[in-house]
Amino acid sequence: MSARGEGPVSLPRRGLLAAGAAAAALGGLPARPRAQANTIRIGVLTDMSGPYRDATGPGSVVCTQQAAAEFADRGFTIEVLQADHQNKPDVGANIARQWYDQGVDAIVDVPTSSVALAINQIAREKNKVHLNSGAATSDLTGSQCSPNTVHWTYDTYMLAKGTGAAVVRQGGDTWFFLTADYAFGHALQRDVSRFVEQAGGRVLGAARYPFPATTDYSAFLLQAQASRAKVLGLANASTDTVNSIKQAREFGLHRNMRFAALLMGVIDVHALGLDSAQGLLLTESFYWDLNDRTRAFAGRVRPRNQNRPPVMVPAGCYGATLHYLKAVADMGVQAAKASGVEVVNRMKAMPADDDAFGPGTIRADGRKLHPAYLFEVKTPQESRGDWDYYKVVATTPGEEAFRPLAEGNCPLVRS
Amino acid sequence: MADTTLTGTALRGRPAAEAGYWGFTRAQLLALGVMIVFMAVAPFFLYPVFLMKLLCFALFACAFNLLIGYVGLLSFGHAAYFGMGGYIGGHAAKVWGLTPELAILSGAAVACVLGAAFGWLAIRRSGIYFAMITLALAQMVYFFCLQAPFTGGEDGIQAIPRGSLFGAISLSSDMAMYWTVAAIFLIGFLLIHRIVHSPFGQVLKAIRENEPRATSLGYRTDDYKLMAFTLSATLAGVAGATKSLVFGIATLTDVHWAMSGEVVLMTLVGGLGTVFGPVIGATVIVTMQNYLAEMGAWVTVIQGIIFVACVLAFRRGIVGEIGNWLKVKL
Repeated sequence: MSARGEGPVSLPRRGLLAAGAAAAALGGLPARPRAQANTIRIGVLTDMSGPYRDATGPGSVVCTQQAAAEFADRGFTIEVLQADHQNKPDVGANIARQWYDQGVDAIVDVPTSSVALAINQIAREKNKVHLNSGAATSDLTGSQCSPNTVHWTYDTYMLAKGTGAAVVRQGGDTWFFLTADYAFGHALQRDVSRFVEQAGGRVLGAARYPFPATTDYSAFLLQAQASRAKVLGLANASTDTVNSIKQAREFGLHRNMRFAALLMGVIDVHALGLDSAQGLLLTESFYWDLNDRTRAFAGRVRPRNQNRPPVMVPAGCYGATLHYLKAVADMGVQAAKASGVEVVNRMKAMPADDDAFGPGTIRADGRKLHPAYLFEVKTPQESRGDWDYYKVVATTPGEEAFRPLAEGNCPLVRS
Repeated sequence: MADTTLTGTALRGRPAAEAGYWGFTRAQLLALGVMIVFMAVAPFFLYPVFLMKLLCFALFACAFNLLIGYVGLLSFGHAAYFGMGGYIGGHAAKVWGLTPELAILSGAAVACVLGAAFGWLAIRRSGIYFAMITLALAQMVYFFCLQAPFTGGEDGIQAIPRGSLFGAISLSSDMAMYWTVAAIFLIGFLLIHRIVHSPFGQVLKAIRENEPRATSLGYRTDDYKLMAFTLSATLAGVAGATKSLVFGIATLTDVHWAMSGEVVLMTLVGGLGTVFGPVIGATVIVTMQNYLAEMGAWVTVIQGIIFVACVLAFRRGIVGEIGNWLKVKL
């Protein structure tokens, strides 16, 4: 806008331009800090425009607001801000620093591992709170763990274990991987292979495809078919997963193989359609139709959320925010604003319980523990209506679903 | 380059008044003054980290402008030097424990070598082929960064320490870091200006205007282009390494091709071949990315609209148009 706005200004020289830019910058500041000591400010930092928008983004904002609304009138006001980090760590870091400096007490969500790890450092430096729901990296509670961070919803370890071990127990004991050839894909394949082998299964092979920009998976899928494995493990994410599933079906692989998507959510199933997605195995820690409590929660959120039920990451934002607010109410707003570490310690000390995840605890390394579910995608005949996509195949209890405390190499635990 | 100086003067043929004051015209000098005052005052009103980011991108855009504005070469792979400078600078500061100035220099050195190698290949072609070769080579760098163990894949290098300047002045406070970044930017900016207004720079402009003619006058145009390419890449590396120290992170965003596109956008919006254009362009784009963040998906839409508006209405870019109105060179 500035480009157009500054054009017609008839007064000369650059000084005006600079002033104009400065004015534009100041004018656009997200809500100037008001020195209200009795307000808890929560910033939802998420992806509003990129590939994770549908799985996080506006849904995360809605669910955070839902938590704030349900917690209203406990003697302090709650303000929820939002911003788009555009999946750029520097944009995210800049917003986070600015928010924290201007009196934001907690930042929620933060999908994309690189951005999350950056915010992790800043929250620690400023002694504020970072409630992560959207990022997958288990480093947040491992080598880079922080006393200011709670990692709520899921992580790569949980996905690998939830799918790897549980599928073998269901009889899928020989695996072939289709792996995106970069660090994330390798890590996922390595972790899942370990759980498959621990559970008594065998990995028959893997095909690595160049990432990004592979759209034709035929050569890799034919390798998978020739391996005669019972399970095709998809160690990739987002559009790659969707494309590879569609193509695998076109090759008829589903006739003698099960597909296990290692990072996929109900949004992707929705995008893919039940015709293509049916029979798929995947792990999540939240599904709206799990039990009465999740259905009640989904019913409350739906009207605000374009009449869609919440998905996993936004549900995590709800759970984390609600538990955070309980801790704040418990210790008092002044004390909570003074020290992020103290709030997180209080959160760890209190048992967690919310409609989305049920009862759970937060471990010393910041890991929230709750069950992980292995879901099978329903066939079009089984689905009874809108967003009725999953049936539960197996449940891994929280203590087993996540990486054991001792294996994470979290410095907070050793000391 | 003694012979260059001689012939360069012959090529110049401009009014003496325009060449005064360090190659700055009077209007440019005024604008420079305004810019320096703004840089000195701004951190007290605006957020220093944001300003540092702005200065890093302004330097990056100026380095890019050196190539496209003065030699007429559209490189579509400048993210490679910016990002690689960032990775090496970050790695040097974090793993090798170098002081910030040495970390930035090592980032610049690697970007320089990379620029010399890629430039040597790319300048053999011109126009769209040149752009495509630079893009292809930059994509190779992207894949290298995606796979190489030291870059940390898609997590990037995290928690890079800012360290102490010359081992003595701690940069952990935002203000200390700001003045350092401001100094780096100013040095880079003046250096680019000096390069452009040197006899060497005159030859570059001659190549831009009419390459066969420059060749017929006895210039080895390829050598000049390669030199300009390497200088531009080095300065992009300085900007990248500085940015990684400011934020404490170096990630794939900076080597991604979208970053190469962004710097083209900044330079075009500000004004190709103008001294202050890239600075204004970077200001506009970075400010939008930062302050419109709460508007979600609209950031990219607005960016697109501005780009279209600039291409349709402000062909010379913001600064170019203003200069044209006032009939001065800015």
